[in-house]
Amino acid sequence: MSTQQQKPNTQETPEDPEMKGAESPQQERLKEKESDMVDETSVDESELEGDTVLIKVFRYDPEVADKQEPRFDDFHVPFKKGMTVLDAVMYARDTYDSSLTFRHSCRQAVCGSDAFFVNGKQRLGCKTQISELEHPVRIEPLPHQEVVKDLVVDMDHFYDQMHTVEPYFQNEDTPDASDLEEQRQTRENREKVKMSTRCIWCGACMSSCNIAAGDNEYLGPAAINKAYRFAMDNREGEEIKEHRLRILEQEHGVWRCQTQFSCTEVCPKDIPLTEHIQELKREAVKKNLKFW
Amino acid sequence: MYEHDVIVVGAGGAGLRAAVAADEAGADVALVSKLHPVRSHTGAAEGGINAALQEGDDWELHAYDTMKGSDYLGDAPAVETLAKDAPEDTIRLEHWGMPFSREEDGRVSQRPFGGLSYPRTTYAGAETGHHLLHVMYEQVVKRGIPVYDEWYVMDLATTDEDDPNDRECHGVVAYDVQSGKVEGFKANQGVVLATGGPGQAFDHTTNAVSCTGDGHAMAYRAGAPLEDMEFIQFHPTSLPSTGVLISEGVRGEGGILYNNKGERFMFEYGYANNDGELASRDVVARAELTEVNEGRGVNDEYVHLDMRHLGEERIMDRLENILHLAEDFEGVDGLVEPMPVKPGQHYAMGGIETDENGQTCIDGLYAAGECACVSVHGGNRLGGNALPELIVFGKRAGYHAAGKDLGEPQIKTGYGDDIENETDADLPVEPGASGLDQSGGVAADGGVTADTDGLLERTVEQTREHIDYLIEKDDGVQHAEIRSKLQNAMTDYVNVFRTEEGIKKALKIIRECREEYQDVYVDDPSRTFNTDLQQTIETRNLIDVAETIALGALVRNEFRGAHWRQENQIRDDENWLKHTLISWDDGKPSIFYRPVILEGEDKTYEPKVRSY
Repeated sequence: MSTQQQKPNTQETPEDPEMKGAESPQQERLKEKESDMVDETSVDESELEGDTVLIKVFRYDPEVADKQEPRFDDFHVPFKKGMTVLDAVMYARDTYDSSLTFRHSCRQAVCGSDAFFVNGKQRLGCKTQISELEHPVRIEPLPHQEVVKDLVVDMDHFYDQMHTVEPYFQNEDTPDASDLEEQRQTRENREKVKMSTRCIWCGACMSSCNIAAGDNEYLGPAAINKAYRFAMDNREGEEIKEHRLRILEQEHGVWRCQTQFSCTEVCPKDIPLTEHIQELKREAVKKNLKFW
Repeated sequence: MYEHDVIVVGAGGAGLRAAVAADEAGADVALVSKLHPVRSHTGAAEGGINAALQEGDDWELHAYDTMKGSDYLGDAPAVETLAKDAPEDTIRLEHWGMPFSREEDGRVSQRPFGGLSYPRTTYAGAETGHHLLHVMYEQVVKRGIPVYDEWYVMDLATTDEDDPNDRECHGVVAYDVQSGKVEGFKANQGVVLATGGPGQAFDHTTNAVSCTGDGHAMAYRAGAPLEDMEFIQFHPTSLPSTGVLISEGVRGEGGILYNNKGERFMFEYGYANNDGELASRDVVARAELTEVNEGRGVNDEYVHLDMRHLGEERIMDRLENILHLAEDFEGVDGLVEPMPVKPGQHYAMGGIETDENGQTCIDGLYAAGECACVSVHGGNRLGGNALPELIVFGKRAGYHAAGKDLGEPQIKTGYGDDIENETDADLPVEPGASGLDQSGGVAADGGVTADTDGLLERTVEQTREHIDYLIEKDDGVQHAEIRSKLQNAMTDYVNVFRTEEGIKKALKIIRECREEYQDVYVDDPSRTFNTDLQQTIETRNLIDVAETIALGALVRNEFRGAHWRQENQIRDDENWLKHTLISWDDGKPSIFYRPVILEGEDKTYEPKVRSY
């Protein structure tokens, strides 16, 4: 850390690196909603011009002596119009501390790498404007996932849940590709699945969901949405749809959702996740009625 | 050590498609990628996939448009392969569930794009790449193809015969980003590089921060030539503050470009009297910068792209994603005001020299996608031609690596009888690693050893030593400083308008970067998720790649496609109907040329004046 100009102000050690807070997620979320409202009105961008902003970034590294105990480091970052949370942590890394670690790639909200817990809410770093946040800005790894280092969390469980729902198109009757004939799909049906296909696998929804936090086997909003994307696509046959609904109806499937809308609130692609889950519950009931 | 028949490096569109093809052909294939597949930059592609699907269109028109767009530097066998394979491969995506936009009758929609004589750009909203990437990953999951994600490939295990054409590639060495563990991956049949573009060599780019030309640099140091590296596409519509891309689809749907006087300059100043905004990308990018340079830019920096007249309904239906991008990254509401846009580095037409089966001159080494140069795009890539390239040549490379017979290629690779050497390049500094101490495996090591036996183990050992050296070194220069100096030099001097003087300045700065890199160190001592280490190695790759871009730009003294030279502002067909090839020869780049192939299957593409 020899090049660090702003000495980290080590403070506020959280209870454990997984950042499981003492309050219930529901209480936390209510508080977050309040602070969100403040966030949107609190800082005028022109007031920040030429100023520095203080970001407090969570630090943890299992093998570096002074980072084994989680801590927060302070970085003072010169504000520029349009600066995002990702810009701010990149500036801190490239200027003060090259060991500051986070995933990021596209910078345009499509790779889904940089979901962080910013001021108590899951957000994509690259599409969150610093000027829209209350200051100082507190940046932490996604809650309810194991922290690998700093802002990097282990995504394996998230990927496992995504894979559980057979996340691939299934239709044995496709025409021969060499005849250049596509499957037909109405515009309405494409519109029906459109929002669900926008998922970028950032994991914000899963991290915000207190059911997923308590039940490790719960499929979670992202995986259920992925299943919705196929179940509602008319290009897959009825039989496959029933097969998909059977997967979703299992003990840790759609019925676990308690419609708290936390996933929907944090989704950076505005996917109506809770509605999709509800719709699949209705579909499952319809399917079961058919056999009774 | 891990062992598979085929190792695919990189898991974007081309890599995933190659893996699926290799699997279909019966090989045991694995993907090794520094990102989880769905994080790959294919996901940022917006516009669409060119394919001649409709009645009234045919592959020959697509080939003709592509050849014209390439400014006659595409190789006809590559161009024709692309145009012929694209329809079936596009429909196959649909069969795999790709959510293409649809017509009233339920068929897939196609729209006009720059430089196309027929509206053949197949699209899924303005997020076609996102859907393509996810559909391809779904197919990989379906087939159970193993993915080593967040494994960063650092080197190829290649033999070191004098002539690269005699060399063989037997695998790769990678480190696990999460744990820092270094391992060899043995490839019994072939290695496919699908590592994407080198956009991070530039400061203002639409490319992701992970687009660092890793595959280019590894193949180059192993002896495979890089081809036509000077041809860099600057996309006419990137957002000024971040470089985020605004799809050509906006202009395809009828979006209009205005200067600060509210003039529709593409027509008013005669840049493209027929096609206007839908001229080829290089034409529009130069027009915009000329407007700015002549004082007609907005805030002396950019121009306006207006789509308001298209109406909310059409915009929401076909370009919704653009509204989000303009709002989130530039604070502009595209429904009520025009969007500020300027040219940004977007795509590298050049890359690792391959034939139409994806094979390089090194036996067992393949490349596909943006890191490769088949060459389809020649001097300028048409919008909508990158995604079909991924699926067509990704597929072919995967098949061929897995042993499927695709017929004899017509494109030659490596050194041969048809090569012309560059003899009088006037270089301002000595390029390459010559004269630099190479201890610690720093900038541009060879990556080659004496014999095939135990080759992989030795490459693993070298890589471990290299990493230990970088982490254990206590002070020196940090990669971020070198990288930003390199990026600024490239954007300042090897941009849309290029001069001999400027390019020479860039080469001098690149040399300085190389020298500074001798003293580079990694501050983060941890083996866990050490992005400091990864970026340090990426920076080395960027230096090598940037140098080939600048060298190519210096020797090619003509104006063709995206490459404009002040000293010779004409397309010089007499001297320059040839590809620039640069290969790493004992620590030094050597430059040579191979004639372009304009003879197609049953016609010859005669170079014509390229007007839009």
